[in-house]
Amino acid sequence: MTTTVSTGQRIGRFLRDNPLIPLILLLLVLVAILEIRQPGIVNERWVGNTIKFAIPLAMLAACQTLTMYTGGIDLSASVVATIVAFVMATQVPVIGVVPGILLAMVPAVLIGLLNGFGVGICGVHPLIMTLGTGLIGTGFLQVYQRTVIASGSVVPESLQWLGTGRTFGAPNALVLFIPFAIAILFIQNRTGFGRLLYALGSNEKAARLSGVRSWQVYLALYTLSGLIAGVTGLLYVGLIKAPSLSLVEPLMLPSVAAAVIGGTSIFGGRGSYSGTIIGALILTVLGTMLTLLQMPEGGRRILFGAIILALTAIYLRITDQD
Amino acid sequence: MVHTQTDLPILDAQGIAKRFGAVTALNDASLTVAKGQVVALMGANGAGKSTLVKILTGALRPDGGHLKINGTDRSFSSPGAAREAGLVPVYQEPSLIRDLDVAQNLRLGDTPVEPFLHWVAALGITDLDLHEMAGDLPLATLRILDLARALASSPDVLLLDEMTAALPSDLVEKVLNVVREQADAGRSVIYISHRFTEIAQLCDRATVLRDGATVGDLPIEPGVEERVVELMLGAKLTPARIATHRAHATATGPARLGVRNLAAGSRLTDVSFELHGGEVLGVVALEGQGQDELFDVLGGFRRARGGTVTVDGAPVTFRHPADAIAAGHSLVPGNRADALLMSRSVRENIAIPRLARICNWGSISMRSEAETVTAAIERLQIDTRAQGEVRRLSGGNQQKVTIARWVASGVGTLLLFDPSRGIDVRTKRQIYQLVREMAEQGAAILFYTSELAEIPQACDRVAVIFNGKLVEIMDAADADEPRLMRAAYGLTSKVPA
Repeated sequence: MTTTVSTGQRIGRFLRDNPLIPLILLLLVLVAILEIRQPGIVNERWVGNTIKFAIPLAMLAACQTLTMYTGGIDLSASVVATIVAFVMATQVPVIGVVPGILLAMVPAVLIGLLNGFGVGICGVHPLIMTLGTGLIGTGFLQVYQRTVIASGSVVPESLQWLGTGRTFGAPNALVLFIPFAIAILFIQNRTGFGRLLYALGSNEKAARLSGVRSWQVYLALYTLSGLIAGVTGLLYVGLIKAPSLSLVEPLMLPSVAAAVIGGTSIFGGRGSYSGTIIGALILTVLGTMLTLLQMPEGGRRILFGAIILALTAIYLRITDQD
Repeated sequence: MVHTQTDLPILDAQGIAKRFGAVTALNDASLTVAKGQVVALMGANGAGKSTLVKILTGALRPDGGHLKINGTDRSFSSPGAAREAGLVPVYQEPSLIRDLDVAQNLRLGDTPVEPFLHWVAALGITDLDLHEMAGDLPLATLRILDLARALASSPDVLLLDEMTAALPSDLVEKVLNVVREQADAGRSVIYISHRFTEIAQLCDRATVLRDGATVGDLPIEPGVEERVVELMLGAKLTPARIATHRAHATATGPARLGVRNLAAGSRLTDVSFELHGGEVLGVVALEGQGQDELFDVLGGFRRARGGTVTVDGAPVTFRHPADAIAAGHSLVPGNRADALLMSRSVRENIAIPRLARICNWGSISMRSEAETVTAAIERLQIDTRAQGEVRRLSGGNQQKVTIARWVASGVGTLLLFDPSRGIDVRTKRQIYQLVREMAEQGAAILFYTSELAEIPQACDRVAVIFNGKLVEIMDAADADEPRLMRAAYGLTSKVPA
């Protein structure tokens, strides 16, 4: 009795075991399409620019990836990033660069702790909790803006160097991002904390049964997520150079999409930050393509949303876990 | 064999094959069921029973082989198609939707209510409220409702997967009677069970699977048990007798675990006992007598309503399972799905208690973890061919993982809640052996089981709980089934001193 396995199943299994490969292939295909439509566009400068813009997205998407491991999400991340950027830029002219940055990180930690408190101790669903704190944060930022209207804003040279500068063609932001990515990958794969994130997302009851006090993990997780969002805000304002009340807002949905396209399950228990990084690159290249199509903004958004949905659906299908 | 028109088998599966990834679940499984027959389908865990059942009932599509229903070739594309052809399964896990009430569940499955109620009554459930949420009903009731639902559709072939697991003995009796009546009325039944006494009582033939192939098809007659076990295991077994009785616990000093007048929830009202290191105390009770609450309290899942728990003489109150674990208590819950991280690896499942406390959140020593996990996997002989996610393992291997977790991190007091529910003979024996070994190494073990025959094999003493109270404690050597049975039904006035 021989058993037959269709080629389709074989491919499906291979992709399931190596989820990064289809993502990298997709990325290369997109780059190839871009080069065919506009020969010569893919050069060193373009690659550098793409990476430069993908890095803040990938960092914000780390907030989504880590919270998604537990079956959660952090919708306050973009607001936190905006607050940190805005507070930093308005405080630096008054109290100096380093104190300004440190002061700006305070609201990030506070919102993170509040998220962790709500999710871990009060049992509020992360979607509602972070949506709520995001709204509260936005409100506080508007109040704060009125009090500092006279002081003006400054984006420190150092952040501009980090956000926009290049060294030998490579974006300086990599100085921040490479250690960051290694740290996140180390946390998820090689630390007890990382294992517990997956464990909570896989089966919270089983985790508790094994002695995990889940509130501790949630509190630490959402605080970490707030910190990451804050650092992303600092980097992003160095890239954009003009703080505003909706600075990081455009990265919100893409940060969730990058994690999902990268193979992280929104139901928890599965995923990897390496997928998220590729996901962020894919979305950035996609953004460039849509810009080149010279469509009106509305049309671009429709197409962008549709492509994200299609990619996610296809990706989940070919790497089908069942 | 030449069939005449009348003894044409109603179901005839030949050479069924199915692969999952690198794992071959079935390579040559065959099963023939004649009209009016009850056929036992037997095999060790991982032999492929569940896969075969899923193929027969349309939940999976085979990679090879033929399936004939009433002599015509069929292939079911969905469970619905199999149902229409008269093949109705009752699976091990309850199938009612928890957040709907019973009546809504019936409407969802288009189950006719009148026959359903008839069968519910015939199966011995007298107080069913159709407007109760399925999720609020005890497991035993849910299983009976699943069976009643299947019977209400008058199936030609009824497929029962471990139907009597987790059922109290009075309901088991009712189920066996109803199934026998079905066969006498000319319907057929495929009966999957690990309990020989039931199979001897009920079945006409036994089909035995091993490693994905049918290795035997025997008529049930006296003495067939040994033959079936041989076929299942592929080798002759030494008669079942785990380490024989041991000198009674070295009962010096305070007990490892002391329970005094414990009450919890609405069902547990008054339980007292002492458990010493090196001792295995069996717990016997019919469904819902308070044993769930007892284990929940000792495992830190639930607060007691009254009474005291002491560990090594000192009173304790557990607010969280972590408190219980810190006191050396390890709970293996009755439902595997509550204990396992289904989407994670065997390694992560076994290692998780090592990482639970904040001081262990940092960098994992991969080598020491690998050593501990490998040792636990070897000690429990877990089959890890299905690498990756735990949900791909067979039920018996999953159960071993839930125990291996605590073996790996060291056990003071092990609370085992029905660990042998729905697993095969060989795995059961391995688990008893392990229980004995751990006791010999000094662990105190509280062991609830729904199978009375297990008691003398693994326990030193037995506590019987009835109606929330501990009604009797006896030596396992004296615990024959009739005596346990009487006590479990509250037919004794003897109260422990």
